This record gives sequence, C-alpha cells and structure tokens, in this order.
Amino acid sequence: MIGAMLGEAWMAMGANRLRTVLTMLGMVIGVGAVILMLAIGQGAQQQVQASIASMGSNLFIVLSGSTTSGGARMGGGAAPTLTITDAQAIEELPSVLAVAPSSPGTAQLVYGPSNWSTQIIGTTPNYLAVRDWRLASGSTFTDSDVRSATRVALLGQTVVRSLFGEEDPLGKTIRIKNSPYVVLGVLAAKGQSLDGRDQDDTVLVPVTTAQRKLFGTQFAGTVRFISVQAASSEAMPAVERSINELLRQRHRIREGADNDFTVRNLTAMANTAAETAQVMSLMLGAIASISLLVGGIGIMNIMLVSVTERTREIGIRMAIGARGKDILLQVLLEAIIISVIGCLVGVGLGVGGAFAVNKIGGMAVLVTASSIATAFVVAATVGIFFGWYPARKASLLRPIDALRFQ
Amino acid sequence: MTSGPVIHIERLCKEYQTDAGPVPVLHDVDATVMPGEFIAIMGPSGSGKSTFMNILGCLDAATSGFYLLNGRDVNAQSRDELAHLRNQVIGFVFQGFNLLPRASLEDNVALPLIYSGVKRAERLKRAGEMLEKVGLGQYRRSRPNQISGGQQQRVAIARALVNRPRLILADEPTGNLDTHTSQEIMALFGELNERDGITIVLVTHESDIAAHARRLLRLSDGRIVYDGLVKHAAPAHLEATR
Ligand SMILES: Nc1ncnc2c1ncn2[C@@H]1O[C@H](COP(=O)(O)OP(=O)(O)OP(=O)(O)O)[C@@H](O)[C@H]1O
Ligand SMILES: [Mg+2]
Repeated sequence: MIGAMLGEAWMAMGANRLRTVLTMLGMVIGVGAVILMLAIGQGAQQQVQASIASMGSNLFIVLSGSTTSGGARMGGGAAPTLTITDAQAIEELPSVLAVAPSSPGTAQLVYGPSNWSTQIIGTTPNYLAVRDWRLASGSTFTDSDVRSATRVALLGQTVVRSLFGEEDPLGKTIRIKNSPYVVLGVLAAKGQSLDGRDQDDTVLVPVTTAQRKLFGTQFAGTVRFISVQAASSEAMPAVERSINELLRQRHRIREGADNDFTVRNLTAMANTAAETAQVMSLMLGAIASISLLVGGIGIMNIMLVSVTERTREIGIRMAIGARGKDILLQVLLEAIIISVIGCLVGVGLGVGGAFAVNKIGGMAVLVTASSIATAFVVAATVGIFFGWYPARKASLLRPIDALRFQ
Repeated sequence: MTSGPVIHIERLCKEYQTDAGPVPVLHDVDATVMPGEFIAIMGPSGSGKSTFMNILGCLDAATSGFYLLNGRDVNAQSRDELAHLRNQVIGFVFQGFNLLPRASLEDNVALPLIYSGVKRAERLKRAGEMLEKVGLGQYRRSRPNQISGGQQQRVAIARALVNRPRLILADEPTGNLDTHTSQEIMALFGELNERDGITIVLVTHESDIAAHARRLLRLSDGRIVYDGLVKHAAPAHLEATR
C-alpha cells in the first residue's frame, strides 16, 4: 500500500519537474547551510577547547608593567619590574603548586644550511609542569643548568621540522646568535594557542642563559613574566589576592599607588573564550535554521499550489474509492520525499562546503554524525509539518466538489 | 443482499445552496433497481439527471430522503465507508472519461485496486485482463492522449469494471462520442449486463442509446414522470432532448 502510494506521489512530482527541483532547492540550501554553519561553529569550539587543554590548568600569568583602568597594559616596552626572586617568593605562597619566571625574545637559529627565526623563552624547568607540557623525546634542562647558565635548548615541533626535517635533533648543536647550543630535548606538540599562535614554534633555554648570554637585561635578574599554577580552581581567587599583596610589598608600592605588574587569570579568560565560541556556534546554527524554515515554507507553498492544481485528479481518485487518508498520505509523502531528497543533497553540499572552507579558507571545521542526524530529523519534520496542512486540505475535499473543480 | 434491490430510494430530495438561497433540484424521488437491470435515464437539460446520478454514486449527499445501496443505509455511512462503497460496489463512468493524463492506460485501470489494497503484480494482471475485455489489450503502456475518445471511454469502463462492481453508473457515457462509436460502447454495456449480470444505470439524451436499455426513467423538473419498460414508453418520453 505504502509502496503504491509512493509510486503515485512520485508520478505527481514528475509532472512538474522544474517546480519540484526548485522546491527541493530551498531544502538543499537550508540543510546545507545548517550543516556548514554547525561544522564551522563546532570546529571553532573544538579548536578553543584544544587550546585550553594545552594551556595548563589553574594558571596565572604575572606580567611586568601595570594596567590602566581601561585594561590596557602600560609600559610594555619599559624595563621589566619582576625578578627571579619575586618568582621564588611567589612559590612560597600557600596553594601555589609551581612557578616559572620567563624572559622571552626573538632570535635567529642556524643548523647547517637551515635557519629559522623564532621565539625563545628563557625559563626554569618548572615551566613544563606549569604549562602542562611534556617532552616528546630527550630530557629537560635542570636547575643546575639554570644556576650555571649553560647553553642548552628544548625545541618545539615546528622548530624541529624547520631546522632538522627528518633528522633526529637530540644531542645536535644549533647556533643561536652565533653561539652553540646543545639540543637536550624535543617538546610534545601543543597546537594553536587561544589567540591563534603556533605554540610549537618555540625554543626553551634556561632563564639565566637568556638573560646573560642571549638578550641581556638592563637590570640583572629581571624577567618579563612569571607563570603561576594554583593548586585548584577554588584556590585561584585567594592565590590572586596573595600574589598582589606579596608583590606590592616586595616592590614597595605605597597605598593608593598603581601596581607595576599585572596578574592575569588565564583560566578565566579561557573559559570566557570557550563560552564565546559556544555562543557563536549556537548563533550560526540558529541563523542557518531560519533558511531551513524558509525552505519548509516553500514546500508548503508549492504543495498548496499543486493540491489546488490537482483538485480534479483528487476528485477522480475519490470517485473510484480513495479515502481521505489515502489522499492525505499521497500529498504528505510527496512533501516528505521532496524534503528528504533535498536534505540528502543538502547534507552532501554542506559536508562538501565544510571541506572546501577547511581546504581553501583554512578554517577549522568539524562535521559530526549528530549534526547530520539533526539536519535529517529537522528536514523530515519540516516536510511533515509543512506538508500536513495542504495534505489535510486535500483529504477533506468532497468528491463532487473536487470533480466539478475547473 | 444479493437477492434484495441494488438501489432503493424513498422521498429523495436535493437542494443546492447558492448565494441566491436554496435551489431545489430533486423532489421526492422514489425508485428501486433490482440486480441485473439495465436502466436509461432521460430528461431535459437541467432536470436533475446528473444530480441524481451523483447521489446514487455516493459522490454527493441528498438533502433528505432514504437511500439503500446494496443493503446499506448510505446516510449512515462514514466518509471512509462511502469511499469503500465507491471502490467495491459501484463503477462510475463519466461523460468526460476522467482518466489520469500522466498515467499509462494500464495504471489508470489499476488505480481502484490500489485503494482496495491489491498487490502490484495482481493489479497489473487484472488491469491487463480488463483492457483485453474492452478490446484494448495492445495499448497497455499508452497514455490517454494517444488514443481516441471512444477508446478512452473503453479504458474508463475497464477502470469501472476492475473491482468487479455490482453496479455501473454512467452519466452520458456517449455524450462526447460519434454515433458509430456510441453504438460500440452501448454494445459493450449490453454485453456486460447480459453476460456478467452487472446492473447498469445510464443517463442519455438519445433515444437510440436508451433503446439498448430495458427500463426507462424519465425525469422532468426533478420528478420522475415515467418509470417503465423502454418499449412501452410513449414517444414523448423517448424524445431526444438535445
Ligand atoms: N453545484 C450546483 N450548485 C447550484 N445549482 C446546481 C449545481 N449543480 C446543478 N445545479 C442546478 O441543478 C439543476 C440540475 O442540474 P443537473 O446537472 O442535475 O441537470 P442535468 O439533468 O444533468 O442536465 P444536463 O442534461 O444538461 O446534464 C440545474 O438547474 C442546475 O443549474
Ligand atoms: Mg448532466
């Protein structure tokens, strides 16, 4: 019975092919847009989450220089106000797990014929623990390397790829600013940071080496920033307060005067970014859903026209024994076929579009089975919902009125 | 059920609701049709013949009165039950054929079987047999617009027959056909009535078409003015009305 009704619906659709295809197009675009937008939204969300996971947990960054009331950092280029001893003092605070003072800079690396310009961070072995950064191979430098400012380095994956290609960098000597450095280890891949930088394009050296031999400092022992890991997320507000108190005291800042440092709660910022990404993702989906709705209304419109056009045919069918529900089923099936075929094509288009956006636009995309399933269910529902009214209208016709219709 | 009348109506009235108020068309019509009868209905244009046929065919409802079809009280049937009666008991043949233009002749003939839940293979087999019966076996895959009017009416008759109904209702089945083709169609009706015992009620304006039937009902202004054998009818009752 359903098979026969499918055949009848199919025949009716074939009667006006162009119109059927145009109606489908509304559905195709709607579903395609939903799939594509969900893919872009979820891709961005996934990227943010990966960045957060790679950041290290319960993390503060203490920066040299103050913030204005507007939030912009002042004196970015001025002399750093933080010192390694500040870092050591912070480490003594309760609920602080690990602290890593850092002095970053940029320099040219040379190995054989290859050279590569990158960010070099002078820091302590604790940096790896604070940033939750593992080694892919080799070993880290030690506190004694820091004490004696030895020329050793840990390389990020991007640096290894650029300088060494397939070669194993462990134990090799690279030149930074014309001095030789021994590669002790290779850092595990971390991917993009929240602000889109490649975190693997980094070299780590002992903080003292960076200060004395690479970049130099105007004041001995100063650092640009200090990374601080709190014991738990609950402890973070307390830790933030005690860092502020401690540094104000150590820097002898009078009551009422501005800080000469800034404490940033990176974990809170990351959570905000994650929420933003989620809201973006929802909004993209919502906007795309509107086009799906418009597609559905298009189906209803066409079904109403085609029911009116076929009133006589419906009358003939009723005269030879079609019940109201047979007519209802035929019209409804027609609407469902249109929306489901439109949906299939739309899914193909959406997935293809997502792939293209990824390849050509370089945007992160994520097509999930659940987003395809959602689009499918929504399309079928739209078909039933918007097909129902015309179908019911047709099924309630009186045979004689339908037959007399001109 | 088989022994009782196929159609029994009493005091049947019909009025159409129009913008100008109700228009009465049929007045207290009484009639009984027994199995195997062959009846012609004649009458001037506007006398209510089509209205009467549509009510007999369960396509339209009477305003008042009693209608027993094949032992069932039509007024008491639901919409679905009426559809079932149209599907199983009645075969309706229209003046304008009313075939589905996009479907093949075979599919047109098989259409009523879809609504009685017959499987596809069986549907096509029976449609083929019916097309053979009306002499169009070789045109199964043709479309209605590829054959003549007389042939289209044969297809419509095949469609009316495919569910083996007890009763064929035909409203001016030869109205669109030339004299020769009309005679062929009437011969087909005569054969169905005589050989298969199918009850036939048809409307016509021509006395030589009515001559194929045994009994004549003459309608005038919505009333039956003659009900008897065709051969006993007065010339005025057989008068062509067109
Ligand atoms: N749907 C309708 N609404 C209002 N009046 C109608 C309707 N259908 C028919 N009538 C009127 O009912 C009367 C009978 O019409 P009907 O079609 O039954 O006549 P008929 O005998 O079949 O005529 P003809 O020989 O021309 O086919 C006519 O006066 C017609 O105008
Ligand atoms: Mg008429």
